[in-house]
Amino acid sequence: MNKKSLAIPYLIWSALFIIVPLLLIVYFSFFQEGQFSFQSYQKFLEPYYIKALWRSVQLAFFSTVICLIVAYPLAMLLSGKEMSNKQVVLLLVILPMWMNSLLRTYAWASLLENTGVINSLLQGIGLPTIKFLYGDKAVIFGMVYNFFPFMVLPIYNALCKIDPHLVEASYDLGANKVTTFRKVILPLSMPGVVTGIVMVFMPALTTFLITRLLGGGKVMLIGNIIEEQFTRTRDLSFGSAISMILMVLVLLALTFLGKKDSLDGKGGGLF
Amino acid sequence: MKKLIKVGLPLALAGVLVLSLVGCGGANESSSSGNEKVVVYNWGDYIDPDVNAEFTKETGIKVVYSEYANNEEMYATVEPGNVNYDILIPSDYMIEKMINNDMLAPMDTSKIPNYTKIDERFKGLPFDKEDKYSVPYMWGTVGIVYNKTMVDEPVDSWDILWDEKYDDKIFMYDSERDSIMVALKKLGYSMNTRDPKELEEAKNLLIKQAPLVLAYVGDEGKGKMVNGEAALMIAWAGDAMVMMDQNPDLDFAIPKEGSNYFVDSIVIHKDAKNKEAAYKYIDFLCRPDIAARNAEYIGYSTPISEARELLPEEIKNSPVAYPDEAITSADNMEMFNDPSDVIELYSDLWTQVKASNQ
Repeated sequence: MNKKSLAIPYLIWSALFIIVPLLLIVYFSFFQEGQFSFQSYQKFLEPYYIKALWRSVQLAFFSTVICLIVAYPLAMLLSGKEMSNKQVVLLLVILPMWMNSLLRTYAWASLLENTGVINSLLQGIGLPTIKFLYGDKAVIFGMVYNFFPFMVLPIYNALCKIDPHLVEASYDLGANKVTTFRKVILPLSMPGVVTGIVMVFMPALTTFLITRLLGGGKVMLIGNIIEEQFTRTRDLSFGSAISMILMVLVLLALTFLGKKDSLDGKGGGLF
Repeated sequence: MKKLIKVGLPLALAGVLVLSLVGCGGANESSSSGNEKVVVYNWGDYIDPDVNAEFTKETGIKVVYSEYANNEEMYATVEPGNVNYDILIPSDYMIEKMINNDMLAPMDTSKIPNYTKIDERFKGLPFDKEDKYSVPYMWGTVGIVYNKTMVDEPVDSWDILWDEKYDDKIFMYDSERDSIMVALKKLGYSMNTRDPKELEEAKNLLIKQAPLVLAYVGDEGKGKMVNGEAALMIAWAGDAMVMMDQNPDLDFAIPKEGSNYFVDSIVIHKDAKNKEAAYKYIDFLCRPDIAARNAEYIGYSTPISEARELLPEEIKNSPVAYPDEAITSADNMEMFNDPSDVIELYSDLWTQVKASNQ
């Protein structure tokens, strides 16, 4: 009894702010002015909505891959013994998260302008300016910048948890560095990698802020379309239907990743 | 079980409290003081910030003030009903929509002595033909702001926004209504058309323009335009006044094909609890010296001639803020209608435009 009552605050919280809203989304997606219909789901089959969803998946995928490629070696360095000022580097990774992401993205939007600080500097030392802003590249940059820490930290955690004796045993048994990495370190760090992928891919898939500010409204992702339904068009039903579709897809992806995760390691990841 | 009740009850109460807080909506209300107050919901940056304090000083009525970014946001907040707002300041088409949906209280102009100061041409406007619900606050036009150092030809037509010379030098406004308006006007159609063929043409025109557009911007575009980030931008005349003040290289033109002419008016919400205070507040805003201060501060144009006379020379005679009446009364200058019946279609068209180059 005692232990159960500890969960009550969270139960109330989740009922109020997760379950009830979720049910409302389900309701709104199927009912238009009190009438049951599949219309909102049908509407999503228009090619430009599918295209926007596909685009979101692509951009989120690219940013996740970039994050992973940069974050894994960094996490290995951080968890190893060679690096002397680990704490400082770790702090530097986390530091941007102390600021609100809206502010950070606004800052990038003005830093990267044609007349912004970076281009002014380039111009000042006689170099040609670079057109950074507005388009896919700027959006991917924004995603990588904003979500990078969510990739580093879980991988770093997973790597730290690896028993150093396992690595030593691998060397004792004659494996070289590459084999040890492939057969011991990588599989044991997989839960962290999966968590990192989920933590980066999900927010990247649904962002509308980064696309708005760094994409200049020229990159229409699924998050932007959902936002528009609620704020401007006031089509709650269609907005809810897209949200439902997105949630189901995310759930499927997570189940898939979760299966892989449980094959590869002993948990420790998020899902 | 007893324990559960002990812990559960306060938490449940806390939950109810949270719900009731959520229920009351935006404006922060300081209750129980017993003092008179008026709750105002206005556009962001749409008043001289000292005016509210002065109103309180003169009348003892407290002003609870909050802001919205656009008409649609205001509507989304007010629509569910059970809100505390007394005064709203929406644009023409939104007022028409709110009248149609029975959300406004009739305006008793006899309680607003300064109402007589408002110019005749701002009375009997199409969205409220008998002036039953609204009192004009500010007006203006939509046009092109351009940077004279980057554009050396005369700007007098929407065509320039389709000129490949200005590839990646054009800011469009991230708003379906304003963008489709521009395309319809360029095509010579009414911006209130409901003809699917004309709207399709407008969409195709905007898709054709998309590769030339540097970005579809919101309010942040104003600062970027001042910094010289782009050569051309769609803007409201009032914003253009502020931008030109910050960068003298900028100028403003109303294209010859016609444009949108708008009036933002003060209305009282149907459920307003402080109507008497609201009338006093409206009267205060219509007082020429106050109207002049607001107009000077925000850059938009006052519908009160006596207030315009009080403005500095360069604003009073500015063709941007106060274009010739011949221009604003031309047939091709229009106000938006209640868009309820096309809002979904507009949104679809706009999604297609913005998703066209990906």
